[in-house]
Amino acid sequence: MNGFSRLAFVETKLFLRETGAAIGVFGLPVALVIGFGLIPGFSDPQKSLSGQIGTEYIASISVAIVLAVLGLTGVPMVIGQYRERGILRRLGVTPVRPLTLLLADLMVWAAAAILSVAVVIGVARLAYHVPAPRLAGWFILSLLLGIAALFSLGLLVASVAPTARSSAGLGWLLFFPNMFFAGVYFPTEEMSSVMRQIGNFTPLGSALHAVRDSWMGVTPRPEYLGIMAAYAVIAAAVSARFFRWEQA
Amino acid sequence: MTAVIEVTGLTKRYGGLAVVDDIAFHVDAGEIFGILGPNGAGKTTAVECMEGLRRRDGGEVRILGLDPLTDRHRLHQRIGVQLQESQLQEKLKVREALELYASFYPNPADWRELLERWGLAGKADAKFAKLSGGQKQRLFIALALIGNPEVVFLDELTSGLDPGARHATWDLISQVRAQGVTVVLVSHFMDEVEELCDRVAILERGRIAALDTPAGLVDRAGGEYRVRFRPMAPLDEQSLTALPGVVSATRRGNQVDVTGTGDFASAVTAELARRQVLVADLRIEGRSLDSAYVALTGRSMES
Repeated sequence: MNGFSRLAFVETKLFLRETGAAIGVFGLPVALVIGFGLIPGFSDPQKSLSGQIGTEYIASISVAIVLAVLGLTGVPMVIGQYRERGILRRLGVTPVRPLTLLLADLMVWAAAAILSVAVVIGVARLAYHVPAPRLAGWFILSLLLGIAALFSLGLLVASVAPTARSSAGLGWLLFFPNMFFAGVYFPTEEMSSVMRQIGNFTPLGSALHAVRDSWMGVTPRPEYLGIMAAYAVIAAAVSARFFRWEQA
Repeated sequence: MTAVIEVTGLTKRYGGLAVVDDIAFHVDAGEIFGILGPNGAGKTTAVECMEGLRRRDGGEVRILGLDPLTDRHRLHQRIGVQLQESQLQEKLKVREALELYASFYPNPADWRELLERWGLAGKADAKFAKLSGGQKQRLFIALALIGNPEVVFLDELTSGLDPGARHATWDLISQVRAQGVTVVLVSHFMDEVEELCDRVAILERGRIAALDTPAGLVDRAGGEYRVRFRPMAPLDEQSLTALPGVVSATRRGNQVDVTGTGDFASAVTAELARRQVLVADLRIEGRSLDSAYVALTGRSMES
């Protein structure tokens, strides 16, 4: 195994050793789908959800939750810690570059997100006959763009925050508004048009719209995809410029 | 003797202040080279410029013929580094860390053997957070050696270790050198430097105050030191003050203290032998790097 693969392997093991993260990323989505699916009539199209099947809507939300948890709490916290503890620095005197560790981490977390979504699709299908995302291609694109946007934002937080604690804190500060305006706590259908507009411009808002739409069989609007792509590119570029490999 | 490390005019500035100010030295193959000085002297900065961790502002550094700025990758395959402050992920197991780092190098050592040698044999599956301070220290030393390096940089080798562990560590480093590895040792411990180093550079406020073997530094310092003993026969200690190099002689009870400079200790013992005065508890004190340091730099390590 070369350096990158070995790093990815170790980071995967470490990820699984954090029970909180494993529960948040794998347990919670499944629990949500199963829980809501038990509500009688919820596995039918809901008028309040623009005709989307209730459990399908919950499944879509859990995708958003995973993206937000990983991108806005996981990424800033872990990378901030790696910097503060000197783990990145120690790699700076080996033949492997610290950047390789960063990329390995991002790849492991992205794989965790994709796996979680796959599990949710499977569970929803088996338990409540929720169909798999009808526009599979658009769904996958929306998911990947969502990962890119949320992870880049998390990386940006990790780049500018001076300490591990402030990195985690700043991440949480972005987590709650994103979750709120995206329509995770309550559907966008129940929001005022102003709130809905705000939500559309948040990365998570766009991601959830695109995921819900493509799951339902509606082609996601290009604005959603564009906003996610913009967040991904701009946040990544700013991170690249300002990222510090060591604690000041 | 080929120089494995060549440093000339090395300079590093932070905010206009030269933390490392135009230092030069070389290190020969198989040498243990010490860099001694108080906190803030610039030791870690200098060594990290050599390792390629910091970008030097001036001068040249060649390690194994390679420049840490332009040949970083190739250099890092051949050196090992133990940083002054380091941590690993809390839930990372010892064996995982060693296997991981071993995978970075083209010709790594056997990590099990390293664990054995550094007293971590039973700890292969222990998580990093569960190790004691001393065990963590030894793990980082093992990580510095896992790549089978030709040159090893050790920054504060025994900080946080109890006296027994310090001596055991010194023995192991001597063994490392015996295998042909060149060692650069940064330390603020006199005894460590005196015990291990072939040559020492004393760094003070970014400049080299002195560079010599430990014994050479002690000689050069020429400071005062003391010979103490209990004569077993009547002795007029004041008569010893006539000997070359002796500064004073005092008696406290049945103990005699003679202070002086240079090689007066030999002169005193020779004289005692000539007068056939047997002595007990003969001690030579203060002839150490400690007092040489004070003499050479004008101040003690703490000030």
